[in-house]
Amino acid sequence: MNILDATFYYCLIFLPVATLIGFVIKKRVQQAFHTTHWRSLPVHYAFYLALRIIIPAMVLFFSAAALHLLSLYTADGLGLFSLASVSSLASGFFAYQNIRPEFCARESVERIIRYILISAALISILTTIGIVVAVIFEAIHFFRIVSLLEFLTGTHWAPDDATEGNTSGMFGSIPIFAGTFMITLIAMLVAVPVGILSAVYMSEYASSRIRNIAKPALEILAGIPTVVYGFFAAITVSPLVVELADSIGLHADYTNALTPGIVMGVMIIPFISSLSDDVIRSVPRALRDASLALGTTNSETIIKIVLPTALPGIIAACLLGVSRALGETMIVVMAAGLRPNLTWNPLEGMTTVTVRIVDALTGDQAFDSPETLSAFGLGLVLLVITLMLNFVSIYVTRRFRSQYE
Amino acid sequence: MNKAALNKALKRRYLKEKLFKGSAIFALLLAASFLIFFFTNMISQGVSALSQAEILVTVHYNEASAKSYRKAVDKAYRKIVSRGWLRTLPLYMEDHPELMGTSEEKWVLATSDVDQYLKGKPNRLKDKYKQQIDKLQEEGKVRLAFNVNFFTRGDSKMAELAGIKSAVIGSILVLFVTLVVALPIGVMTAIYLEEFAPDNKITQLIEVNINNLAAIPSILFGLLGLAIFINFFGVPRSSALVGGLTLALMTLPVIIITTRAALRAVPSTIREAAYGLGASRWQAVFHHVLPLALPGILTGSIIGLAQAMGETAPLLVIGMMAYIPDAPSSFTEAATVLPAQIFTWAGESIRAYEERTAAAILILVTVLLSMNAFAIWLRKRFEIRW
Repeated sequence: MNILDATFYYCLIFLPVATLIGFVIKKRVQQAFHTTHWRSLPVHYAFYLALRIIIPAMVLFFSAAALHLLSLYTADGLGLFSLASVSSLASGFFAYQNIRPEFCARESVERIIRYILISAALISILTTIGIVVAVIFEAIHFFRIVSLLEFLTGTHWAPDDATEGNTSGMFGSIPIFAGTFMITLIAMLVAVPVGILSAVYMSEYASSRIRNIAKPALEILAGIPTVVYGFFAAITVSPLVVELADSIGLHADYTNALTPGIVMGVMIIPFISSLSDDVIRSVPRALRDASLALGTTNSETIIKIVLPTALPGIIAACLLGVSRALGETMIVVMAAGLRPNLTWNPLEGMTTVTVRIVDALTGDQAFDSPETLSAFGLGLVLLVITLMLNFVSIYVTRRFRSQYE
Repeated sequence: MNKAALNKALKRRYLKEKLFKGSAIFALLLAASFLIFFFTNMISQGVSALSQAEILVTVHYNEASAKSYRKAVDKAYRKIVSRGWLRTLPLYMEDHPELMGTSEEKWVLATSDVDQYLKGKPNRLKDKYKQQIDKLQEEGKVRLAFNVNFFTRGDSKMAELAGIKSAVIGSILVLFVTLVVALPIGVMTAIYLEEFAPDNKITQLIEVNINNLAAIPSILFGLLGLAIFINFFGVPRSSALVGGLTLALMTLPVIIITTRAALRAVPSTIREAAYGLGASRWQAVFHHVLPLALPGILTGSIIGLAQAMGETAPLLVIGMMAYIPDAPSSFTEAATVLPAQIFTWAGESIRAYEERTAAAILILVTVLLSMNAFAIWLRKRFEIRW
């Protein structure tokens, strides 16, 4: 019997028992309720007793699981089960002594539930800290082998040639980041104009009927999984781009940067259009009316009045789009190249940070090999850039938000 | 300024207005046409995977074919009948000993090349066999039947046998873990932060943290899963458990944020009315606020789960792109999910996988879109405007 079995059998026996005891107590308090003055409702006494029975065992099981996972100590299932049962019975017995009219059961129950809620919140927060710590921790391992300066300024990336002892000159990340920014740039060139203009049309020109069709339609684009975009880019768009380039006398690789860029741009359109739409619609009617009353056309009002007012929100939306594009993985894994390539030509194959992360971690390298660890180095840089973009976009919206009320 | 010049300027301004409006419409149409192009492309590629070539051959059940499965069909058919199907014969004969020594005419699975040839797609079938297939077709001994295998079998190295069953079951297992972990923790966190937590610096810090977490690229959650769950806690690699936990971390901020928004949308008058009747804080929340916020919470959770279901990148990092022919039967066995299956099939060089990839995509997208549509319907149906 292991810990999981012990937990299972405990729940199988004690959950119904605790529920039953709860019901019995509720009935008994209810009967006595009219003759004596009870401080809390019958249901609170029932909950109090049931929770007091279950909680000590749950804490026990949780700590046993934690100890086991940390491989510090593995509890014997049978022993754990008996310990949990005994502690439940003892705790239940003491709790039963408290079932008296002058006892405030409600306060106790609420305190217990409060602690449960706090522990849930703590778990959520620990994961946020955990993700940063885990990535930083492994990245430190990597930067012990490869100097940070070389990582950020080197132009040659060849982790396959790197060995435990010799890593100099093998981990220059510039070509990788150049590829990432190139594809992001192409994506934004597609997404920003189309996204903002769609938002303008939906919020300023379209009748509510067209809006009710167009907005969900755009949101469908956001609901398509990225692996699907990746397949579409690799199988359908990439040959189209190559053919098109051929027809104007240019050579394009099948893993060119243009294909994932365009498809990623399409993926990001709904993020930008939906956020911009909200911002544009929140521009007060009075501003538009004032401008139109001066005899401007619709487009003049939009360009000179509405868009400048909504600009902070639109910029924030675009920054969000940029951070999506930087961290997007499946499209580039399936449609962009694997070879780091420092070039301005979008028709050549180039690679990105996320591609290299996936590539480094899906091989059969040992976990502490320089190549595997390089994924964490790249991941850390990606994390820092994303967080910075997020902070900038929060700052822009807070600092430049126009207050019209 | 005279009138003529004014009219000219006005005309120019009207033209500009037309151009601007036109370009806005054009942008929207561009996005819409991409959507239409995408769906027609996927449907036209994927629909053919619903049928599969079968050949009518005489199958011999005898000692020779029990020993060497290839001998079960006549020599002329050996290259066009699926080897994967032939391999299942000895087992089939063991289960049905009464068949021994008999032979029957039967529709059996053809190789993927025959299948692609019949569908008029690029294939590597030799001319000799093409003629044979043409002849069989005249005799009515070849047909395209409904592709049952696609739904009832797992992945296979032989394209004609490959199906999505193990990936679908893997997806369900992973999603179950995600739901069980992320939903209670997320909702409880949101309730605590929104209704109980004191409004101090720590709470604000937590808020910023959670918003940041929602902006982190999904692949970094894969790194987290690899570093913490697999290396630190020793959860089995590629298992539904580690996949579900990783996706739960990713879904958690989505659920927290939408739950908080739903709770905030409940007007404070509801709480005050409850307090006025003598309810405690927690009674007000659990008896009044939470039921009113429930549609919003459900909507957010469904959207978060749909996101998790379509996610691939973090799962690649924790090894969930393994070759899984049989459906996993527990949470700790190696498993794959539908998006990861799509990814592995997309990387296959054999053309017959392409239509299967597209068909799997159609199924995935249909499920995800209906989840989203259901969530939106739920919100519209039960939302109360205050």
